[in-house]
Amino acid sequence: MTIHNLYIFDRNGTLMYYGEWNRKKAGTMNKEEEGKLVYGMLFSLRSFLEKISPLDLKDNSFCYRTSKYKMNYWESPTGVKFVMNTDLSSPNVKDLLRLIYQMVYVEYVVKNPVCPMGEYIHSELFAQKLDEVVKSSLIYTSKTS
Amino acid sequence: MSRQSTSSRITADSKKVNSELFVLTYGTLVQQLVKDYESVEDVNKQLERIGYNIGLRVIEDFLARTNYPRCTDLRDTAEKIQAAFKMYLNATPSLSNVTADEFSLVFESTPFGEFTELPDACANLKYCNVLPGVIRGACEMVQMDVQAYVIADTLKGDNATEIRVRFIKKLHDALPAGED
Repeated sequence: MTIHNLYIFDRNGTLMYYGEWNRKKAGTMNKEEEGKLVYGMLFSLRSFLEKISPLDLKDNSFCYRTSKYKMNYWESPTGVKFVMNTDLSSPNVKDLLRLIYQMVYVEYVVKNPVCPMGEYIHSELFAQKLDEVVKSSLIYTSKTS
Repeated sequence: MSRQSTSSRITADSKKVNSELFVLTYGTLVQQLVKDYESVEDVNKQLERIGYNIGLRVIEDFLARTNYPRCTDLRDTAEKIQAAFKMYLNATPSLSNVTADEFSLVFESTPFGEFTELPDACANLKYCNVLPGVIRGACEMVQMDVQAYVIADTLKGDNATEIRVRFIKKLHDALPAGED
């Protein structure tokens, strides 16, 4: 199991953070454009799901998978969006995304008065704590494939 | 009671601060604002604005701690706000006059007001006006546009302090740039 990368968007779709761990193929465009592309796709996908879903989408999360990777999406009730690419065998990514929100985003961005909300997060402390949480998660550490 | 069931789910690992110190600090803040601004109306406005900015951030902390799902109706929202008051201020407002789009939070005495007496020059001061601001800011972050205001205040001789909250509309997520 492995974690490839993570995007965090605020409620207006601004890319707030991008982090990568095991991204084996570099993107062909810059971070900002890639962020917009990902957000645009997710936005459309979500409104599509809301319209088409036979069930109530209660927990604001979904994922899509290709034959190679899985993209997991989780949104906080305040509209902060966490998107993580993992490999296909990773379970419960939603819980990890929630944990990142609780333990890292709220603690080191929201409670940090010099961290403006709605802009890219440059805080090193945030990056460091995020890295710790990701690297200590089971999805990152266990080697099954 | 439903209130108890919601508040007991809150994890109680929060750091605490001495309430008297907190109340006095708040009083100093208000006093400084009264000195800095000429009219009491401006002070009320500033307090509301401070509260609004607090609300924008405190809601994230609240959600992270409580794990609450989205509210189903305004009564649900009111109960969660009640739980939040318990959690952050150890104050237990009661709910009254709950209708489909309005409700009141009633406090036995003005929060932060235990050592306060309003001088005649500040008769129009809404001493606890940060609280409506916090409610407005916090609700805005969860896609609810609300109006909140103090309608009764024990510092002005009323029997209880009452904050009225009115639901205006549901906000929607912004479209990504470049799409219309």
